[in-house]
Amino acid sequence: MRNPLSDKIVSIEPSGIRKFFDIVNEMKDAISLGVGEPDFDTPWHIREEGIYSLERGRTFYTSNAGLKELKEEIAAYLDRRFDLPYDPGHEIVVTIGGSEAIDAAFRAMLNPGDEVLLPQPSYVSYEPCIVLADGVPVPIALREEDGFKLTKELLLGAITDKTKILVMPFPNNPTGAIMTKEDLEEIVDVIIEKDLFVISDEIYSELTYGSNHVSIASFPGMKERTIVINGFSKSYAMTGWRLGYACGPRVIMDQILKIHQYAIMCAPTTSQYAAVSALKKGDADVERMRTAYNQRRNYLMRRFDKMGLQCFEPFGAFYVFPSIKEFGLTSEEFATRLLQQEKVAVVPGIAFGTSGEGYVRISYAYSIEDLKEALERVEHFINRLR
Amino acid sequence: MKKQILDAIQKNGRYSTEDLAAMLATDEETIKKEIKEMEDANVICGYPTLINWDQTDCELVTALIEVKVTPQRNMGFNKVAERIYRFEEVESVYLMSGGFDLTVVIQGKSMKEVARFVSEKLSTLESVNSTSTYFVLKKYKEHGLIMTDEKHESERMLITP
Repeated sequence: MRNPLSDKIVSIEPSGIRKFFDIVNEMKDAISLGVGEPDFDTPWHIREEGIYSLERGRTFYTSNAGLKELKEEIAAYLDRRFDLPYDPGHEIVVTIGGSEAIDAAFRAMLNPGDEVLLPQPSYVSYEPCIVLADGVPVPIALREEDGFKLTKELLLGAITDKTKILVMPFPNNPTGAIMTKEDLEEIVDVIIEKDLFVISDEIYSELTYGSNHVSIASFPGMKERTIVINGFSKSYAMTGWRLGYACGPRVIMDQILKIHQYAIMCAPTTSQYAAVSALKKGDADVERMRTAYNQRRNYLMRRFDKMGLQCFEPFGAFYVFPSIKEFGLTSEEFATRLLQQEKVAVVPGIAFGTSGEGYVRISYAYSIEDLKEALERVEHFINRLR
Repeated sequence: MKKQILDAIQKNGRYSTEDLAAMLATDEETIKKEIKEMEDANVICGYPTLINWDQTDCELVTALIEVKVTPQRNMGFNKVAERIYRFEEVESVYLMSGGFDLTVVIQGKSMKEVARFVSEKLSTLESVNSTSTYFVLKKYKEHGLIMTDEKHESERMLITP
């Protein structure tokens, strides 16, 4: 029999820590701090709207780019929250989560051999998606001493004449780092001068603490070279609804729509109706959840401080990324032992790129009570290591 | 800070001052001082426990009573309300707008006991003109907490990227 497989897909490593994930998901009695999704239920008015749409029999495809009403609400929301005016008719495509938008954006923009600058540590799916789109991922190792931000110096050092796209994964999973207006100002000129495009994954844009999220697309000259990716999963606790969107200049969005149209057809209809309610009536819910996350963030930082675990203060998403370098273990060894000895699951930093080595990701999408119990175990564990 | 403390303890009165200090990124002394001030000012009036008596063996009935009263000269409704809320068995008393004046919530061991309260204690007050009593059949939610929810295991996967 001939080889049934595509060389390209075979060449992509299954996530290095898949094995670790499998062990954790088998351990039913473990306390997890490893989850990348909110612990809140989707606010009731959103669920109710989904149920109502089913009762009304709204069980058909929508138009490829998404419900007109939803695209208009998305446009109004982005303008109101982030000063991003998009034309709902041609510049917004509703996708199956932010994930599909990431995949489609790379596929729409990359030619074989084009280089994509990928700041790491960052979410696990950018790199394989770049490879699938025949691009060449070029990791940029972000540093704790820079607050895991992308600096002008790091950016300049990575650009070659093949560089086409810069991925901007902020607020960042797993570090929790954000890029403020001032931080972005530093790099915008470089991006324009070097004629780069940006794929800005802003899925955590509602979860920043102390300052509002600023989109890189809101800078003069950036909107026409940026695809903004956002969605409902994190801000409205809607992960299972699988709903996100991509926005950008029409010339790129037309091609993204083509991919979406042939690969997906349209995002789930029920989810789209529910999302209209999220955008129309969900501001208070977002605020409530943000407040709770912030309290947990404060709580974790205080506890780390008390146990002497060094951790840079994150101002976004719902993760902290403490350094475990003092223990002389790899992040995977640390996480495995913590799991075996104390039954607490965290994610090894190496999962998010080689520059994540020496760190672990701890999620605070958990109640204070759960965090308290888990952190007592973490403290016990590191005291024994010391 | 006071508002933040109240928001945090409104649904969970069991946070320690140490936890509250960590959550609100301040020190324990500040929390203690703020809470003391709010207790003294009757902003925080107590720390009762929300109990779903339906889940216990204890028989307990709750009734909601609409009361029409004659306000007393110079005292308005407050004096009448006080004469009602001083009774041990009275859970809550609210002054209402609309078709009646006071809502009185009472808890008793049986319907008979509630009936006795209404007929012997409440309706005999001279400023009470009329009462309508409604018995609660089931409590679904109180204090912002759903009481009927079966505790379900979280269906989130233990670890996701």
